[in-house]
Amino acid sequence: MATASNETTFLLGRLNWDAIPHDPIVWATFVVVALGGIGLLAALTRYRLWGWLWREWFTSVDHKKIGIMYIILALVMLVRGFADAVMMRLQQVWAFGGSEGYLNSHHYDQIFTAHGVIMIFFVAMPFVTGLMNYVVPLQIGARDVSFPFLNNFSFWMTAGGAVIVMVSLFVGEFAQTGWLAFPPLSGIGYSPWVGVDYYIWGLQVAGVGTTLSGINLVVTIVKMRAPGMTMMRMPVFTWTSLCTNILIVASFPVLTATLVLLTLDRYVGTNFFTNDLGGNPMMYINLIWIWGHPEVYILILPLFGVFSEVTSTFSGKRLFGYSSMVYATVCITILSYLVWLHHFFTMGSGASVNSFFGITTMIISIPTGAKLFNWLFTMYGGRIRFELPMMWTVAFMLTFTVGGMTGVLLAVPPADFVLHNSLFLVAHFHNVIIGGVLFGCFAAINFWWPKAFGYKLDVFWGKVSFWFWVVGFWFAFMPLYVLGLMGVTRRLRVFDDPDLRIWFAIAALGAVLIAIGIAAMFVQFAVSIRKRQLNRDVTGDPWDGRTLEWATSSPPPDYNFAFSPVVHGLDAWWEMKKAGATRPDAAGFLPIHMPRNTGAGVVLAALSTICGLALVWYIWWLAALGFLAILAVSIAHSFNYNRDYHIPAEQVRAVEDARSRALAQGA
Amino acid sequence: MKHMAKPGRLGWLSVLVLLAGCKAEVLAPAGDVAAQQRDLLVISTLLMLVIIVPVMAMTAFFAWKYRAKNHQARYMPDWDHSTKLELLIWSAPLLIVVSLGALTWVGTHLLDPYRPLSRVAPGQEVTEDHEVLRVEVVALDWKWLFIYPQQGVASVNELTLPVDRPVEFRLTSSSVMNAFYIPAMAGMIYAMPGMETTLHGVMNQPGGYKGIASHYSGAGFSGMHFAAHATDDAGFDDWVQTLRAGGEMLDRARYLELEAPSQNVAPMGFAQVDPHLFPRIVNMCVEEGKMCMAEMMAVDAEGGAGLAGTMNMAALTYDKFKRRGTRAPVLGWEPFQVLSFCTPEDSALMFGNASVEARSLADPAPLRGRGMEPPAGLFGRAATSEITLANPMAAKARGGDGHNL
Repeated sequence: MATASNETTFLLGRLNWDAIPHDPIVWATFVVVALGGIGLLAALTRYRLWGWLWREWFTSVDHKKIGIMYIILALVMLVRGFADAVMMRLQQVWAFGGSEGYLNSHHYDQIFTAHGVIMIFFVAMPFVTGLMNYVVPLQIGARDVSFPFLNNFSFWMTAGGAVIVMVSLFVGEFAQTGWLAFPPLSGIGYSPWVGVDYYIWGLQVAGVGTTLSGINLVVTIVKMRAPGMTMMRMPVFTWTSLCTNILIVASFPVLTATLVLLTLDRYVGTNFFTNDLGGNPMMYINLIWIWGHPEVYILILPLFGVFSEVTSTFSGKRLFGYSSMVYATVCITILSYLVWLHHFFTMGSGASVNSFFGITTMIISIPTGAKLFNWLFTMYGGRIRFELPMMWTVAFMLTFTVGGMTGVLLAVPPADFVLHNSLFLVAHFHNVIIGGVLFGCFAAINFWWPKAFGYKLDVFWGKVSFWFWVVGFWFAFMPLYVLGLMGVTRRLRVFDDPDLRIWFAIAALGAVLIAIGIAAMFVQFAVSIRKRQLNRDVTGDPWDGRTLEWATSSPPPDYNFAFSPVVHGLDAWWEMKKAGATRPDAAGFLPIHMPRNTGAGVVLAALSTICGLALVWYIWWLAALGFLAILAVSIAHSFNYNRDYHIPAEQVRAVEDARSRALAQGA
Repeated sequence: MKHMAKPGRLGWLSVLVLLAGCKAEVLAPAGDVAAQQRDLLVISTLLMLVIIVPVMAMTAFFAWKYRAKNHQARYMPDWDHSTKLELLIWSAPLLIVVSLGALTWVGTHLLDPYRPLSRVAPGQEVTEDHEVLRVEVVALDWKWLFIYPQQGVASVNELTLPVDRPVEFRLTSSSVMNAFYIPAMAGMIYAMPGMETTLHGVMNQPGGYKGIASHYSGAGFSGMHFAAHATDDAGFDDWVQTLRAGGEMLDRARYLELEAPSQNVAPMGFAQVDPHLFPRIVNMCVEEGKMCMAEMMAVDAEGGAGLAGTMNMAALTYDKFKRRGTRAPVLGWEPFQVLSFCTPEDSALMFGNASVEARSLADPAPLRGRGMEPPAGLFGRAATSEITLANPMAAKARGGDGHNL
């Protein structure tokens, strides 16, 4: 329990032996993680991989490698977030008939908070950021993003935030407030120890990364498109990425500011969100959802782009209604700012306010519906190849419509009065986030893996993963819809009514199926890596693709394109193939100007993480030192003039000639 | 009075639910408001199915028909536009949303929790014979306090309501946000500290129902539920009599004891209640020496208390921290009370070069604005009138003429 004291010492702040959780579950987890970690470090040392990792990956400013690192981070955190989910399912099926289950409230309340925070901020966000990072520059025919160093720094800040959240598992506690940490519960009076502080600093550190990465990608898309690629010739994924990053740039500062206000309340005793002295907790709830609702679209829009690319590629057809797709995306982007209040109709606003926000919410379903129809009519008259990405897309179309429908239902305020905070709501947002965001990420991984690594993913294990995920999803969340209609609300730890138990049991079974799905996915990766020669693709275009990323080799060279492609229409690569474009002539290669790797991003993010942890524990000297070090390193890095180099023309020619030969052999 | 179940237009749905063998209280409620909310839920679902079902069917059909192996199907690789279809795919959802939007606007206004009920059941208008039962609800850590101001009794974690009688809940909370929810009755509404929300509802079928806290509120949240009984008038009167027989008085001191955090609390009753307790809870001035929020707002509305207002810091600090054994922010100030001001004249006097007589010390006794009348109202001089948070100035203007509590 949170009995640990807030007595502080100069050297360690409020950190002392009481901060180690006295909980066998946490201990066991710690042992497993520690053994795994030691094993990993030993292996890295044994095979002398530290230098390679540092030079080729950690300090890399190549958008492709950073994209891959984002996705690895997302996969690692998915395992943690899913472990939380399984623990909740187990507790809820266990704690019936007077049983308290196996988790006390201090532990259980941390788990549901951590599950939400991790899944949104450290699984879904790195997934979509990683995808955009990898694919967007290739799709627009660019050699990298606009600010390659900033990109590296952004990634490490996101990773630093994840580290802060993970440390809370073994030292101290995490917030017990729900994933949005509503005050006054998250205020110092009701959450006096370190949980909420971990939450705040984890999100603040990661938030810097997200905001900067948003700025970076907006500038990249606006300024770095290949010649001829007008806005209305951009691939749909690039369009949705542009809208997503505009949303990030416009909404994440709101989150940052809101958390700053909460921080001031907790650290220096201001009264923005307190009960006393004129503070107003309702203000926090409004502010956080002004960020929170656009966040939902930040997550789903890029995946709408993925589904568009996949549907059109695997149907062997131009995307139906490209411009209507673009307008729908822009509509959603704008409307996503006008609906935040639907997250708290029950707070007691007047009927007219509630109706306004209910109706704006429903209006969003119009462009979303239009998109769905566009994918449908893209399939119409196509030659659909049911490869893994397309299977995920069809599963998405069937799953997401249900989630969309329950979403519109919740937008009707009187209906929301009976369903708000219920398991129906929980089922709804998992329905759209799993059915939309995660299924989209899996489609994207299967779709672009061959581009990133030069070989396709194993189909058998991919299908195993697909079916366990999809079936597991329906088993896990349909019972929650039913429970919601039985008036069961979220975040409950124990139950009295034995009739509910069967539904929780079905949901737990669903979670087990999903666990198999996740395991199968990792097996798929392992099997594919082992059998990579079998599934090798030398063409760089394994799916008969349509957009520019398929024009270059797989994996693409550091510089992506030896020559900037010239774009004459939508589906640039498809048009080139139809026009019988030939490989560039060996004569005209020029040296290519490239950004140089730098460790400054890793160092800055590490210092920020230390600073954040010091602030969590009130170790003021360390926080001050960390902050000064951040300033010093930033200033020092601005004097680093050794930040670019040229790939000589001969080397470019050698790489391109090798590819030409490989293509000729394959043909 | 009739207590027959009154099946609404969509009452047949409850049959489906019974078939399913589960207690879907949201789909088969016992109160008219929840029944109307259920109706809206079902109508909206049906409206949306008009478009969802064809979309899902088309997805499955197109996926099957245009599979790569089927060479019978027409292949149109360059077909990517059709104005007619575009019109259809934008207008079909639009039409649904227009009708759903109209339904929402009307439904939201009719079922606004602040709106007094116009009927207790389908076809049964609220008349002058229906006396509205008022219940004041306080979300405590972690139990529910129900005050019946008309009966002068109170209960914890047990709510009894007469059937077919409109009920007006006034909700607040002592510490953190919560939500008050009886799924079978009338939807949920937040209960928030320092604020008051309202919920109107009615029970139509006698029975025992579950009442829950539906907004996470901390460690004891799971155990924070109560039994909601709906009974006939006689049963309700009996219950009130039982409470009255209990003999315990809920005054400010007892409330402060009750308000301390506790979990899985068994129901209890109070025979008498301080009539000003609920307004004091809402105004966060149950403790002695605290300034009520309504009073502070009245002072602020007069332009604030100026420098003298800083003396009020301690009186305005809602010091649950101390009572909970938790704490104030590490870098913050302790709540303080200013006992005197040091003006330039004072320091001049101190250094012995005063040309004028220094002013006397400010009088710390009355925590009022400079030269202001204390506000009239419940917590001011005219203790009979009511000050509400919603409009303290109106209450002030009314002076002592406000209606009695």
